[in-house]
Formats: sequence, C-alpha cells, structure tokens
Amino acid sequence: MKARVTVTLKNGVLDPQGKAIEGSLGSLGFEGVEGIRQGKVFDLELADRTDAQAKADIEAMCEQLLANTVIENYSIELL
Amino acid sequence: MKSAVILFPGSNRDRDMIKALEQISGQPVATVWHTETELPDADLYVLPGGFSYGDYLRSGAIAARSHIMPALKAAADQGRHVLGVCNGFQMLTEAGLLPGALMRNASLHFVCKEVMLETTSTNSAFTSRMEKGKVWRCPVAHHDGNYFADAETLKELEGESRVAFRYADGTNPNGSLNDIAGITSAKGNVLGMMPHPENLIEDLHGGLEGRALFESVMQSLAA
Repeated sequence: MKARVTVTLKNGVLDPQGKAIEGSLGSLGFEGVEGIRQGKVFDLELADRTDAQAKADIEAMCEQLLANTVIENYSIELL
Repeated sequence: MKSAVILFPGSNRDRDMIKALEQISGQPVATVWHTETELPDADLYVLPGGFSYGDYLRSGAIAARSHIMPALKAAADQGRHVLGVCNGFQMLTEAGLLPGALMRNASLHFVCKEVMLETTSTNSAFTSRMEKGKVWRCPVAHHDGNYFADAETLKELEGESRVAFRYADGTNPNGSLNDIAGITSAKGNVLGMMPHPENLIEDLHGGLEGRALFESVMQSLAA
C-alpha cells in the first residue's frame, strides 16, 4: 500500500527559502503571489496492513523522524 | 578530564575537536562510532561538527537517531557533561537534549567567517571560567544555524540564564532569535553551540579564547 506524508512549517516559523522562491517568481513576472511556504513530501510504500494500522504507524514515523514537531506540522494521506 | 568524541559518517570537525581536547586535557581522547550502544567512561562527551549523513532530511536529524544516542541521553541524565558544536548542536536539538531547532540561515548562504560572541551566562560548567559580558572572536561555519524556539521556550531559556553565548556587535550570521549562539540544558550539563571553540586554542589559530570553555569543564570537575 502507498501513502504520502506532507511536512510543512508551522505558522510563525520563518521560511527564508519560501521567501527566496517568492522573490524569484516575482522576477519571472508572476504577479499576485502573496506567499510561499516550502515543505517536504514523502511517498511511502508499506507492506499491507489495515488503514487504521497504517495511519498509526505513519504517525509514529512522523513523530519520531519525518517531521521535527518543534517547527513542522505533518499530514498523512493513504493513497 | 576524560573525554570521548562520537563519530558519524560525514563528521569532519571531529579531528579538530580531538586535538583540542588532547592538548587541553593532556589525556588521550576516546572515539566512539555511532553504531555502538555503550559509551566509554568519560567526564565529557562531544558531538562534533560536520555534515553527518550529508544533512539529509534535516541537519543532525539522522545522527540524532543513531544507536549510540540512548546511551548519550542516559549519560546526560546522570549529569555527565555533553557538548555539541555546530552539527553537534543540531543533533542535540533533534535528539531532544536541548530545546528548539536550528533552521536554514536567514540569508540562505553558508557562512564561514569569524563572529563576535558575548558570554552571557557563566552559570554552567562550560562557562564557569569565562568572564560574563566578555566579547570574543570565534569562527563559525554552517548553513543551518538559525536558532528557533517558540516564545514560551525562549522565555524559559532567558529566565533561567541558559543562553550561554550570543552573537554580539551586530555579527549575528544566521538570523538566530535573540542572537542565540549557544544554550545549555536546564541542569547546565549539556551545551550546544554553533561557533567552533575548538578552532581557537593555539596561537596559529589567531587566538586562544576557545580554551576557556574546555578549561571551565576541567575546573568544575576538579572542584
């Protein structure tokens, strides 16, 4: 089974990389971009298990490694 | 003072640290590969600078989950001294031994230069021989040194005088909140700092100011 984890910076945490990307889009002529926050996506392939078990397992992975919960939020999608 | 340096794939400041410890303590320094699960007996354990695991995922994140880390946490709980410099500081925050996180430098640039540091607290064993308020020159070399913590944690760090070093004279190289360059744990036996005191211990380095940090630990052990 497949799952996707999306990790994003928490509100209030500065994102200089997002700011630089925003500036670059502006210099390419894209107008009206009012903010960009850079995040990470992890695509996981897991041996079969129930959806509930998969979510619980991935949540543990996020808490222990995939996200730094001091500065990041995460969301889990089963695909 | 008996000391041990923990080694990770991608560490590159380990030899500088070992040399500094050998010179100052006058004793051989143990090295521990990250796959070990037990630490040799030592008064000071050091996580060196470098680029463990190529800074993959987040700087220090993978090293912080190494097999050796439970033993290091146990040693810290028992009051042994733990020092993390640069990548080692990143590991300490990732491992939960120190609060907060070290994020990409605000400038987005890797910075390799000398900054001015103010010793802002002399409460811990690492700074007891230093002079509070003294401003000294120290090298930094990092891409992710931008210290971040939530407002509550910052208040706690400041209130408990746990900010050991601050960038001074407008030399904050990375956007760190409150100009934080180094912090200690609540008990004061764990120090994480981005600058490299191990690179300021002999005349050829252009200064000896880094020695005071290691000498402080030695003196507190003797006390």
